[in-house]
Amino acid sequence: MAIIGSFILKRLAIWGGFILLLLDTLKQCRQMPRLRHVLRQMAHLGVDTLPIVALTMLFTGMVLTLQTAAEFIRFGAQSTIGGVVTIAVGRELGPVLTGVVAAGRVGAAITAEISTMKVTEQIDALKVMATNPIGYLVVPRLLACMIMLPLLVVFGDIIGSFGGWIIANYYDISSFMYMRSIDVFVISHDFTGGLIKAVFFGIIIAIIGCYYGLYAENGAEGVGKATTKSVVNAIIAIFFFNCFLSMILYR
Amino acid sequence: MIDLINVNKSYNEFAVLKNINLSVKKGETLAIIGASGSGKSTLLKLMIGLQRPTSGEIWIKQQEISKLDEMQLDKIRLTMGMVFQYSALFDSMTVAENIGFGLTEHSDLSTAEIDKIVDEKLALVGLEKFKEYMPNELSGGMKKRVSLARAIAFEPEIILYDEPSSGLDPIMAGKIDKLIKYTQQQMGVTSVVVTHDMDSAYYIADRIAMIYNGEIIALGNAQIIKNSDDERVQEFISGGRIIR
Repeated sequence: MAIIGSFILKRLAIWGGFILLLLDTLKQCRQMPRLRHVLRQMAHLGVDTLPIVALTMLFTGMVLTLQTAAEFIRFGAQSTIGGVVTIAVGRELGPVLTGVVAAGRVGAAITAEISTMKVTEQIDALKVMATNPIGYLVVPRLLACMIMLPLLVVFGDIIGSFGGWIIANYYDISSFMYMRSIDVFVISHDFTGGLIKAVFFGIIIAIIGCYYGLYAENGAEGVGKATTKSVVNAIIAIFFFNCFLSMILYR
Repeated sequence: MIDLINVNKSYNEFAVLKNINLSVKKGETLAIIGASGSGKSTLLKLMIGLQRPTSGEIWIKQQEISKLDEMQLDKIRLTMGMVFQYSALFDSMTVAENIGFGLTEHSDLSTAEIDKIVDEKLALVGLEKFKEYMPNELSGGMKKRVSLARAIAFEPEIILYDEPSSGLDPIMAGKIDKLIKYTQQQMGVTSVVVTHDMDSAYYIADRIAMIYNGEIIALGNAQIIKNSDDERVQEFISGGRIIR
């Protein structure tokens, strides 16, 4: 019981830390960060992540169609495949997989960079030069992730659906039928809901990434541990919040 | 300029600094000497608000800083500079961007004006040709000099140095010492230098304070320290060659 209690207390303390950092960051948002910093982070955290998101979603769309097409054809429901794949990608797979890929790439990059700054006293140097590290480091990353994650999801959704179309052609489902089923079954909320999720996932990735960076312990080992914890916790948080967001958005 | 009154600092009940009382006058250079782990760097971090004392008062320019919030502290920090032990240069920025950082963030100067100040400071530390270099392309001594240029770019009234000559060859250490002396004489800054290099302390400091196990055990000019009766002081300044 004591072990379970201590585990729960530790988790609560960490989640409390995330929330406090988020509140501090929102407080710092009152002073607009320099646009240059936000754009640099958007390029670094968003644009550079596009190829891996595109690749992930292309294969996800392909495999989804691969797994469903044969069954759907057996029941004579081949005219619904485009819609089913696109809804699955738009509502769940697009935002979640983009979030997970971004947590691995972007979250790890954020934590590694900030924790290295921490252990080499660069964060102290910022403070000494009267610059708030949260305003300078966390705010631009938070804004960049909140803007770029939905944009990545837009690309991911389109590419995922395109991947489905490639395999649908292989099963002799015509392009017209595939597009028509998207047109009939898919509504705009299937995409907008996914984009709302992506904004939340952007917040999760940025805040958890920055938290572990700012509170990294000393040395190279500290940087490694912080990066691992950041990625693991961000992925868990993404799945956890995805469940709740799906309930709120699509129930 | 800097006054510490009954300052104590503990980590998890382990006392790092015990009842420190210290005053640094305007324009004075104080060297803090002592063995590794004696609390020297902690003392420096308390003076610039990077850490808070467990008890006691820290006065900087007639303001008690230990109870100020970060925003109030920032106003005081704008009049201070610090040279870190491992330079702490921002490794994603060029040398010029590092030196101009404070000015870019906290002044209304134009890019051209900041560039001019950066050139001046780089000339002062003899690194004019390295303006566009990244920190990882510089040697340890060069990094220290860039760090010094960054600390003086905002024309501070107080500069804190954490082991400015550690890890450098004797010639480079001598150059850093001369730069510290030069900035003190030319800009009239108040300096606190943490070091365990006695030659450096004798050369740059008006007064020297020795910390031993978190307590100040000797304070005075070079002559007083050299003539101290305290065995712990004699052992330290002789490099452990006096056997008790």
